[in-house]
Amino acid sequence: MSAASRPRAGGAMVEFDHVGLRYSPDAEVLADISFLLQPGSFYFLTGPSGAGKTSLLKMLYLAQRPTRGIVRMMGEDVVALPRARLPGFRRRIGVVFQDFRLIPHLSARDNIALPLRIAGVEEADLAGPVGEMLSWIGLAERAAALPATLSGGEQQRVAIARAVIARPQLLIADEPTGNVDPDMAMRLLGLFEALNRLGTTVVVATHDVHLISRIDNAQMMRLEKGRLADPTGALRFPPANRA
Amino acid sequence: MIIPRVPPSHRAMLAQARLSGPTPWVLAILMLLTLLAAAAGLSLARGANGIGGAIAGRVTVQIVTANPELRSEQAFRLRRAAAGEPYVRAATAVPRGDVAESLARWFGTGDGTNDPVIAALPLPELIDIDLVPGSNAAQLARLRALAAREAPGARVIPHADWLGPVARTIRTLAFVAAGLVVLMALASAAVVIMTARAALGTHYATIEMLHLIGATDQQICRLFQRRIAIDSAYGILLGAMIAAVLLAIIGWQFSGVTAGLGAEADLGAAGWIFLALLPLIAIALAALTARVTLLRALKTML
Repeated sequence: MSAASRPRAGGAMVEFDHVGLRYSPDAEVLADISFLLQPGSFYFLTGPSGAGKTSLLKMLYLAQRPTRGIVRMMGEDVVALPRARLPGFRRRIGVVFQDFRLIPHLSARDNIALPLRIAGVEEADLAGPVGEMLSWIGLAERAAALPATLSGGEQQRVAIARAVIARPQLLIADEPTGNVDPDMAMRLLGLFEALNRLGTTVVVATHDVHLISRIDNAQMMRLEKGRLADPTGALRFPPANRA
Repeated sequence: MIIPRVPPSHRAMLAQARLSGPTPWVLAILMLLTLLAAAAGLSLARGANGIGGAIAGRVTVQIVTANPELRSEQAFRLRRAAAGEPYVRAATAVPRGDVAESLARWFGTGDGTNDPVIAALPLPELIDIDLVPGSNAAQLARLRALAAREAPGARVIPHADWLGPVARTIRTLAFVAAGLVVLMALASAAVVIMTARAALGTHYATIEMLHLIGATDQQICRLFQRRIAIDSAYGILLGAMIAAVLLAIIGWQFSGVTAGLGAEADLGAAGWIFLALLPLIAIALAALTARVTLLRALKTML
């Protein structure tokens, strides 16, 4: 990519510009974070525990506003976004949490259907997509099961299905393989890759360096002590491996 | 809408069975007390108004001239003169038999008609005078002047002088009852606020998840508002039903009272309508309070 064809921030899925975050008057948890995430790309976010990965992800899925800097998402400044417009943006983002965060009194089917119900999809139109999603994650037989009766891997798959059923433009996963065995980890990664091929921008936070090599063309973002390193050069313009 | 419409599949987003907390029961007790206080206040107010109306223009003239013949003559003249005055609606001589009967209650001698002691007493001549509604002070002054002219030494006794404090006390009690109604309404609102906040705390993880999935504050609010409004309605209607039974029993007991304050202590059609509307108003207020509390609390979350 030449400098002339350098992607404009306006075309990026996400743009962080000198973003800082602090929870107290102490030092910033995140400092001077700047990057662009391109539509349809696959990113791994790595770094040691306490580096600020979860805080960065919270800003990505709009659960946290930065204390300074600019965050643009899908072309809009989400820091200054009125609160009433946040739901519209959140419906375009799928999130897979490390601890799944399934609603315990809802069945696997109802947990998966949640984003569509929130979006106002009629009940008659839910059965098809939810059934397909249950089959896709291999839990069609366990659709009525409550989360407490599912294994960790099954819960993780339900959480992923819930995150992707509304076809989000951005999928964010926080340690999605942290609670599953290596075989299941690879299967889950396959799900993310399949979604990415369908055009979804994927950001996966992980400690597992082996996962990173499994995805072709994946870019890596590394956080250390609240600052972003760019070992693959993917976050620079033009990216190091394509210049 | 007081109880918002929420599709059944959306209602399931919140766990917890109905009537599982103390809120409906507390609201039932508060509603019961509110209705009893309101009924007491209304009946006292009506009683006080009844007494007030009865005594406002009523005067008794007491003629105490020692000579019985002159006393009777003065009474006759005064009654006739008073009846001709434009500010007098009615002037009635109190029969001696009625006076004797009243005294007999104190002497304990039957109806007093054949009591030699009472017969020997120099009983005053009494004239009940009803003034036309208007400026009682001016009318009273003219009546006093008339009484002084026709029956020197006669005492003019406005009933308001001795029944007025009673009516004022009853009115004060009615205001106290109204104050209790207001206080219990505030207590009910406080219960609803605490319930709403507790519900948000209990379901915080679910709310956070719903927010992150893209639920609006209105969507989440409707879930909780519906639950709280229905629970409140159960409690309020339960309290109202118990209050209705109690008021029916009290009303039945008062139906035998034909004199005094008890006879005036009727709620009237407007009073019963007001009491019937109170539970509905309470349900609407509970739902509104829940909605405002929930929306304010939800706005503090990102």
